[in-house]
Amino acid sequence: MPDDDPKRQDHGENPAGETSGVSRRDFLKISGISAAAVPVIGTKVVEAAGTPVKVYGPGKTPVTLRVNGQKHTLTLEPRVTLLDALRDGLDITGAKRVCDRGECGACTVLFNGKTVYACSVLAIEAQGHEITTVESFMKDDQLAAIQQAFVDNDGSQCGFCTPGFIVAAKAFLDSHPDPRPEQIQRGLAGNLCRCGTYHGIRGAVAQVLQSRAQKGA
Amino acid sequence: MPDYSWPDAEHRKLIGTRVSRVDSPVKVSGRAKYTYDYHTTGLLFGKVVRSPHAKAKILSIDTSVAEKMPGVKAVQIIQKPGATAQWAGDEIVAVAAVDESTAEDAARAIVVKYQPLPHMVSDGEPPAGAAEEAGPMSGDDVDDAINNQMPDAQFIAYLKEHGVTFHVEEDDLKEWKGEGASQAVLDAIRSAPYHEVKGGGGHSAYQKAAAQTQGDPDKAFSEAEVVSEGLYGSPVITHCCLESHGSISEWPDKDHLFVHISTQGVSGIPAQMAEGLKPLEIQASNVHVHQDHMGGGFGSKFSPDRWGIATAQLSKKAGGKAVRIMLERDAELKVAGARPSAFARVKVAAKKDGTVTGWQSQSWGTGGPGGGGAPPLPYVFAIPNQRKEHTAIRNNIGPARAWRAPNHPQAAVITMGAMDDLAAKLNMDPLDLWTKNLGLTGPRERTYREELPIAAELMGWKDKWRPRGQNISGNTARGLGLSIHTWGGRGHASDCDLTIHPDGSVDVKMGTQDIGTGTRTTITIVAADTLGLPLNAINLYIGDTLYPPSGASGGSTTPGGVSPSTRRAAVDARQALFEKVAPSLNAKPEELEAVDSTVRVAGDHSRSLSWKQACAKLGAVAITVHGKNPDRSRPPDLTNSGVGGVGMADVEVDVETGVVKVNKMVAVQDCGYIIDLKTAESSCYGAMIMGIGYALFEEKVMDLASGIMLNPDMEFYRLAGYNDIPDLVVHMMTGKGYDERGVIGLGEPPVISPGAAISNAVANAIGARVSFIPLTPDKVLAALQQKAGA
Repeated sequence: MPDDDPKRQDHGENPAGETSGVSRRDFLKISGISAAAVPVIGTKVVEAAGTPVKVYGPGKTPVTLRVNGQKHTLTLEPRVTLLDALRDGLDITGAKRVCDRGECGACTVLFNGKTVYACSVLAIEAQGHEITTVESFMKDDQLAAIQQAFVDNDGSQCGFCTPGFIVAAKAFLDSHPDPRPEQIQRGLAGNLCRCGTYHGIRGAVAQVLQSRAQKGA
Repeated sequence: MPDYSWPDAEHRKLIGTRVSRVDSPVKVSGRAKYTYDYHTTGLLFGKVVRSPHAKAKILSIDTSVAEKMPGVKAVQIIQKPGATAQWAGDEIVAVAAVDESTAEDAARAIVVKYQPLPHMVSDGEPPAGAAEEAGPMSGDDVDDAINNQMPDAQFIAYLKEHGVTFHVEEDDLKEWKGEGASQAVLDAIRSAPYHEVKGGGGHSAYQKAAAQTQGDPDKAFSEAEVVSEGLYGSPVITHCCLESHGSISEWPDKDHLFVHISTQGVSGIPAQMAEGLKPLEIQASNVHVHQDHMGGGFGSKFSPDRWGIATAQLSKKAGGKAVRIMLERDAELKVAGARPSAFARVKVAAKKDGTVTGWQSQSWGTGGPGGGGAPPLPYVFAIPNQRKEHTAIRNNIGPARAWRAPNHPQAAVITMGAMDDLAAKLNMDPLDLWTKNLGLTGPRERTYREELPIAAELMGWKDKWRPRGQNISGNTARGLGLSIHTWGGRGHASDCDLTIHPDGSVDVKMGTQDIGTGTRTTITIVAADTLGLPLNAINLYIGDTLYPPSGASGGSTTPGGVSPSTRRAAVDARQALFEKVAPSLNAKPEELEAVDSTVRVAGDHSRSLSWKQACAKLGAVAITVHGKNPDRSRPPDLTNSGVGGVGMADVEVDVETGVVKVNKMVAVQDCGYIIDLKTAESSCYGAMIMGIGYALFEEKVMDLASGIMLNPDMEFYRLAGYNDIPDLVVHMMTGKGYDERGVIGLGEPPVISPGAAISNAVANAIGARVSFIPLTPDKVLAALQQKAGA
């Protein structure tokens, strides 16, 4: 993305980065309060259910994200999701917007190493956390094992679900050295495909596990 | 003249093998750029205000508040006051703003007043006497009559009596001729009286098509030894493309439009865009269209669509800045794709030995406001004595779009279901009943005779099959079902340029698109194999109107279009290179071959040049040749039409909960000469998986009272998931009898049978027919209850 994009101004410091952002529960608790808050840029702290929580917006506020090891600062409304911040703000477009409500998994990214649906995380919530997207998996033109296995087993057709599936499959395989079949079924149940590539994906997962078993043997 | 024919197995290195998709690495690494991913400086975000009513007159539109909002750059009225919205979600106004949230706020600030009108979204069985009698034929009616093989005499008499609603054009006649219409029918169309289309209000929602009779159905039924009756059908489903429909338009200057669009037909967009933009004057030649990757179409993405036209209008108003409208998921499911429904009451007449002698069907279904076409009944089996009546329902569910193999999956559910019920009534193994009647399947008979035993073997049919309802253990009922299908698929028109540069690099440029079917891979394989080069030696450029035009990817016509044009270009370029190189090898051009990145004398490999050395002989100027399909001046044909396939399913049903689980599916498929076995097999795997989705889960559920879709999301519009996928087996028919047929596409055929096969397997398992797919637990339990009460 070109440097003159107004959304990509560098604000130098991270106004919200000292502590992590708000959790989903906190966000739900304060959503009624923030609607009545005075529209100012930046954050303020209010009491909600007896605890101090940060209130963002309404109006645009500086948001700092750490994506694939790099720090980026954007100016966003608090309602912008992590997915839209990545795609429209940073031009990191591997994660796709499909259902936009946590049903299909096409926007799967890693949040401190764990899979999340980026459409269901607010960008302000992601501050102070390590976000990892599919773009980081290929190192020096070398595909990760699961990526190569997708190629070998034709795990993509149109490919729109593929990045989400790759992130989900890699995270699952990284955290399960020797998974049982029912664990695999559960681990990959959060992503949907329309072309019907599950057969190839099943083959890809099997290929990674087989090569792992051979190396271990 | 050089030999353009497809190389046999001994004379090819890549064609017919399992080649990995050439664009897989860019897809798995997240680097593939889709239309939805395109971003440019100052991009504006568009949103559409949609009708909340299934049918309503637009009384007034007030955009004044929205227009004054900071960040709003343009507002475009799509349907003016006085117009009637015909379905919930119909486009009324579009707005563009600096970011998506502002555009959403602006859309919310637009006030549209409606006068709701009575609507109908049901596609239930037409009440007796409700349907309007047959009227003049529209172009679609003519299409249906040809596809349904209406007998000539009846067709001609009908045209004479009722006339047509269109002015006959030579192009249409040519197309109908291609679809099999006789000269007598074409003459009758040409001389049929013209009638105006009947006006909007007042007419019935039910439109009868001409009843069609062949042979003597009354005699067939009165003499039948067995008559089987049943009710079958398939509801409206949606395409649910993961990349929603949409485009991004910008005007680099006042006369030129640049469009990124998610489409199945790049080359066809400029003319449609220019037409849609009227009265704005722009020549189609000034519309530049680009698409790198696209996230699924399945038949629903051929048009720029109203929202795509709106992006160009908004951009114009915003000083040419790029405007993006990609549909939100709910809009995608509500307005951007619906497969017509089809239901039928069927009677089949047969002899005791299983020979089918008669067919009678009363069918109905909807394709939205236009009514929609009749499914080709009876499907595949040309039963000698038939009577068919069809009623199209015009309603407000939104417009239908082509869905993989239009009307065929529905026709298969109806026909194969009726055949299966007949087999059960005769206490026959369906495999035997199908085999007994293969004489009725016309030109593909031999294909089915070869495929059925292969499929049965792969399924373990003979060991596993039990008569209906006789394989129940505890709460688990198991069953097998089968279906057969056919499709045309002749290659579309395709042009390309192939260039060999003096440094040995090779370009292929073609205005086609890869919609996930492997078109890039197909073209690359054909070019590389013909030139004796590895895949990575070919630089392929597609997805842009700067390249020679190639047909839309629909109807399984792409492989049969792009492969021949590439082959002809590559053979001619190779020939031109041989002519330049021959003197330095002391040989005649016709003695040379291009193999393993060398150009050498066939039979004398001592006289050989590396590909690079050979190309250096070109001097300073590259060779560019143009390839075409069809091209009668460069025979042979290289593509063909008409494939046959078999689908089988093994299911288990929990008779307590009604939940159906597919254990195994088999697809045996013919598609002529195969370019890439791997992506061909993937098409079949994917089609079976999609089939599981529409057989078990998918339905566009409409609320009759409000007229809105109740499940426009991916939680309640359920696609098949990773855990729904059984053991899948694919067998492609290759070798003698298939290879010499030429290249035929594969997008449609394998998706036709799964629904019918699964439906028949469930009937076999539980001993009762579940009339309509999807085979959801409620319907399964109702069928079981009805059986228990019977």
